[in-house]
Amino acid sequence: MAHTHTQAHDDHGSSTKHIWRTFWILLVLTVVELVFAIVHDQTHVFNKYFLNFIFAALTLAKAYYIVAEFMHLKHENKNFIMTIVMSFLLIIWAIIALIADGNSYGNLKNTYDPFYYEKSTTPLKPGELPAHGEGAIH
Amino acid sequence: MEQAAPAKQNLWGGGKSPFNVEYGKTMMWYFLMSDAFTFGAFLISYGTIRFSSHAWPDPNHVFRSFPFIGEMNVPLAFVTLMTFILIMSSVTMVLAVHAGHQRNKKEVVKWMIFTIIGGLMFLGCQAWEWWHLHHQGAWWGSNPFINIDGTPANINFTNLFFTITGFHGFHVFSGVIINIVMLIMTLNNVFEKRGSYLMIEKAGLYWHFVDLVWVFVFTCFYLF
Repeated sequence: MAHTHTQAHDDHGSSTKHIWRTFWILLVLTVVELVFAIVHDQTHVFNKYFLNFIFAALTLAKAYYIVAEFMHLKHENKNFIMTIVMSFLLIIWAIIALIADGNSYGNLKNTYDPFYYEKSTTPLKPGELPAHGEGAIH
Repeated sequence: MEQAAPAKQNLWGGGKSPFNVEYGKTMMWYFLMSDAFTFGAFLISYGTIRFSSHAWPDPNHVFRSFPFIGEMNVPLAFVTLMTFILIMSSVTMVLAVHAGHQRNKKEVVKWMIFTIIGGLMFLGCQAWEWWHLHHQGAWWGSNPFINIDGTPANINFTNLFFTITGFHGFHVFSGVIINIVMLIMTLNNVFEKRGSYLMIEKAGLYWHFVDLVWVFVFTCFYLF
């Protein structure tokens, strides 16, 4: 099979220096995520929605670097990039639609199943065993 | 095929490859897309179930153990190590692909061996994590961890955790097998005779995809 990359292409896209730079970016983003998680665990200073937004943003940044640099997608032909990237609009739609659906299902259970609502919102008494398998709240 | 097409040309007019990507590599990308939809479906069902629940266990409480240090409380330390191992093995994989572009067999062999070791280390860590959680009473259908607000446990948490990390672990396992096959083929001069190390690049795409999925699994289960 023919070699599909020109030499200039390689120097631009995957020189060893470039690879290690991507590695450090990924490592730093992961460490930032952990610092947020651990600081929140110790002090509870952050709003949980703000925190989750930060986690989601950093995760997407990491995903971008893995796909664009490690998987080399950034350096492919634009037509090819589009066939891959556009397909993921379907996943974005599914995330929005199904999370809204889960939220609605939760609200319906709370409204029409008072027993479930009471069971799932009453904290366990000290010493009371958490549910195992059968009898656990679903 | 040999030259990147200039931007202004009509790529769809025939006579040239519109993607300028080799067939097997295109198909690997399309396979990975379908796999991304499978993982997407798993993680979206996790999100749906979690949004329909009142509360969820606290990951900083559940994942706070580390091998060989007893009951010390080190939230997320072990999963950080696992993440580091997987990123590291992704880097050694890119270095193997890079060496393949330069048709440097010795370097390809070296970096493939490091990548395989990284994959095996990750699998070992995951085995310990599962074993430890199982000892605490967590398994499919059984959840010993109460929710963050003290309300009763929900077995959806452990069902989803073991199913999704298990499916990811299975991908890591198959990735290690693929990498071992690639290593043997390299050692047998298959790519040397073929004149191209493109197969290493295709195996590399799969391996990076496994790392990519871990990034999302990590956020969903250990951070959110």
